[in-house]
Amino acid sequence: MLNTLTAHELINLLSKGDILPIDICNSIINKIEKQEKSLNALAHFDKEKALERCKNLKESVNKGGLWGIPIFIKDNISVKDELTTCSSKILKGFKPPYNATVIEKLIDIGAVLMGKTNMDEFAFGSSTETSCYGPTRNPWDLERIPGGSSGGSAAAVAGDEAIFSLGSDTGGSIRQPASLSGVVGLKPTYGRVSRYGLIAFASSLDQIGPITKDVEDAAILLKAISGRDEMDSTSADIPVSDYVSNIKKGIKGLKIGIPKEYFIEGVDKEVKGSIKLAIEELEKLGAVCEDTSLPHTEYAVSVYYLVATAEASSNLARFDGVQYGMRSENITSIIDMYKKTRKEGFGDEAKRRIILGTFALSSGYYDAYYSKALKVRTLIKIDFDRAFEKFDAIVTPTSPTAAFKIGEKISDPLTMYLSDIFTISANLAGIPGISIPCGFTKNNLPIGLQILGKPFDEETILRIAWNYEQNTEWHKRKPGS
Amino acid sequence: MDYEIVIGLEVHLQLNTKSKVFCGCSTDFGSAPNTQVCPVCLGFPGSLPVLNRRALELGAKVSIALNCQIAEKIRFDRKNYFYPDLPKGYQISQFDQPLAQHGKLSIIVGNSRGRSLQKIVDKTEKKIRIRRVHLEEDTGKLFHQKDSSLIDFNRCGIPLLEIVSEPDMNSPEEAYLYLTALKSILEYLDVSDCNMEEASLRCDANISLRKKADKKLGTKTEIKNMNSFKGVKAALEYETKRQMGLLEDGKRIIQETRLYNTEKGVTEPMRSKEEAHDYRYFPEPDLAPFNFEKSFLKSIEKNMPELPEHKKNRFIKDYQLSGYDAGIIVSDKNTADYFEKCASLYSNPKTIANWLIGDVFAYMKANNVSIKDLNLKESYLSGMLRMIDSGVITGKVAKTLLIEIIQTGKDPGKLIKEKGLEQISDVKLLEAATDQVIAENPKSAEDFKNGKDNAIMFLVGKVMQKTKGRADPNKVNEILRNKLKGDA
Repeated sequence: MLNTLTAHELINLLSKGDILPIDICNSIINKIEKQEKSLNALAHFDKEKALERCKNLKESVNKGGLWGIPIFIKDNISVKDELTTCSSKILKGFKPPYNATVIEKLIDIGAVLMGKTNMDEFAFGSSTETSCYGPTRNPWDLERIPGGSSGGSAAAVAGDEAIFSLGSDTGGSIRQPASLSGVVGLKPTYGRVSRYGLIAFASSLDQIGPITKDVEDAAILLKAISGRDEMDSTSADIPVSDYVSNIKKGIKGLKIGIPKEYFIEGVDKEVKGSIKLAIEELEKLGAVCEDTSLPHTEYAVSVYYLVATAEASSNLARFDGVQYGMRSENITSIIDMYKKTRKEGFGDEAKRRIILGTFALSSGYYDAYYSKALKVRTLIKIDFDRAFEKFDAIVTPTSPTAAFKIGEKISDPLTMYLSDIFTISANLAGIPGISIPCGFTKNNLPIGLQILGKPFDEETILRIAWNYEQNTEWHKRKPGS
Repeated sequence: MDYEIVIGLEVHLQLNTKSKVFCGCSTDFGSAPNTQVCPVCLGFPGSLPVLNRRALELGAKVSIALNCQIAEKIRFDRKNYFYPDLPKGYQISQFDQPLAQHGKLSIIVGNSRGRSLQKIVDKTEKKIRIRRVHLEEDTGKLFHQKDSSLIDFNRCGIPLLEIVSEPDMNSPEEAYLYLTALKSILEYLDVSDCNMEEASLRCDANISLRKKADKKLGTKTEIKNMNSFKGVKAALEYETKRQMGLLEDGKRIIQETRLYNTEKGVTEPMRSKEEAHDYRYFPEPDLAPFNFEKSFLKSIEKNMPELPEHKKNRFIKDYQLSGYDAGIIVSDKNTADYFEKCASLYSNPKTIANWLIGDVFAYMKANNVSIKDLNLKESYLSGMLRMIDSGVITGKVAKTLLIEIIQTGKDPGKLIKEKGLEQISDVKLLEAATDQVIAENPKSAEDFKNGKDNAIMFLVGKVMQKTKGRADPNKVNEILRNKLKGDA
């Protein structure tokens, strides 16, 4: 059952010579063949190719890295000559001519690319229901969604089809599915990880990050993909610390803020209860937890749906049928080609966001919407700056509820948007956040604890998360057990 | 009715960087289609732009030369519109915070007064204000076929500098002078090939007319598709007449974009429905804004070449050239360099200027060559001028010798010996020639003797003709006078 282990456990076994990379690969394939039909976590998976990659692993690659460890990649991260479609019909058959920087980094240290995970179309969603490949199901309850948009990445890890995976987070798309699927998900500081090769949703918010079975794996994977990249001028030239060894220090004396705006009406009672217990646990470990306020929190969702859709409307303009992906047939003119291709190629949610974003940027509305949203975004950032003058980290629920049922919110976009209410602010402020399992509902659905940190201080949130995890058993629970 | 013409120009300039503005692809002109492309300039999903600092540097150079205020913060914006030559669906440009603003460029305009025959032309300096200078990326190029269109993305991502003037020009001629002056500066800065045919320089013109007394600007039209400076002038001349005709008939001008039809020499409305674009500009999130480092700007300022205006004043002062001559010589950097090289080899710069503007320019024009490609070493021209001064050859012989030098590329000294062109100063030879001329032209000789001093010039000319221009005209004059006076 190698597929149920963590990367650091497997690295250990590999280094001792107890197992070979192909053993892990086979174990994964085995699980996929048994379970994937019901889970639908994967967008593109070619067993033969995965095996071939595993066999072609060069011995020379530094075994201290991720040599021989299989990894799944969200379908919006470019892998050379492999299908990369953002789970959208409009990118049907698209194979990028180049690797994303994170992929280059992973290949360099010997990780084995297994395939692509399902996602909400262009990462537009919180449930993985907007995928053109159909919804991914939550391994804890197949009637429920795994969260989104990186629902495939989270479900694959939770369901042991993956050791770990990469997701992307624009408004919570790593942390929320991690929370709802009972795994660890980390959104790095904006600029920590290169976005080169990540098919953009909202360029000023997007970050690639790890989804893993435990905190140590998140530290390992974050370390592997972080750092300044000449190809991404928004990536920061700030040193990446040795997370794995540094997170194992205690948390005695660390100051943790508990913002009151995150415990409002609408937050599930069971969620509130679990978070309260988690805070008590942190205090037991020596952290000093105190109430605080992030006063502009209530505007975050509104600001987000203006900024993110505005950028998305522009980022998605390139899908016009000219160069790649889908082109509608029977077109009569260039305008006809644009209209038909985009009408047939984009799903409802993509169209909704393109229209919303286009509207927000239109002349006559720009000042009232987009420009105003940028100002409030600054206020939200200032909220965090102030809080971090006093606190080392902030702790909140990741999501107001546990996993909801497939179809429950898909026809009501506003309700769906609110499921990201606690994750969005971190993207607007550019700060790092991690979600870790911190309990279960009566129905055995996972609940996530979100820890937010100072810009480029992933180390502290990982450290708090690791210490919490060491003293709890939540992360060890498996679906169906 | 008297109308005032109001013209503003938008110039798009391809900067001659080695690589494109947001990726490492080559900018070479004329390569096979789609061979100078990469995921970034093709706008592939997931690719990101990275600013080429060299493009920014060249843009700053132009901004400094145009006396602009350079922005402290560099920021880019997205200009959103759909077109197949625009692979991202937006162009990375600069909107409300351009690279530079509030500049000016001087042109020399001639105001004629008086009647046609005694027309006096006053040359005065006129300042054309520059509204803004901004950096953006070029688009691809479409080739329309019968049933389809092809796209070449090689040009996509080449750095463009847009230079927008205020509507300060009041005639097509002024627009032409502005473009010429601008091109001259750009050539001095060596920032662009400035070639309108290869589209490395493009120009759109906004033109409107208003009654002389009116404060408010009239309705303007935008003219595109001119492929030479003369074309710009011709298009504006046509458009002036067209608008004036409409206004005099009491009709209204429609605000529209018109294309210049070079063959017919007319402007025609663009047949496009996409008039009122909403470009939905917003800050480009893939390029974080940054402050223009003071040290970077200082180093650009330090390395600015001498610009035409400064050079002109220096030539007037250091070489005692007339303003007119200096203006002509500095208008082309290569000519100015050529002149200065000659001036370092030969002591009378005024003479160099005369020869350059006279015979050398005439040859260049007749043979359609530029000074760069002209086969005339600076040392040959100055050597030839020295030989005139020292009496080795006459000025008249020099005129044909110059052509010989250019055509053969040979040293003037050698050519003089080979062709026997030395000046004849031998008194005996000259006397023999004058005797012959007096004998052949008794009437002129008689006229001179009778006090018609002018007649001597005719006789000198005859002697020069006989000696194929080689006779020393001063000596001939002297000999003739002596001989004819002696006879009297």
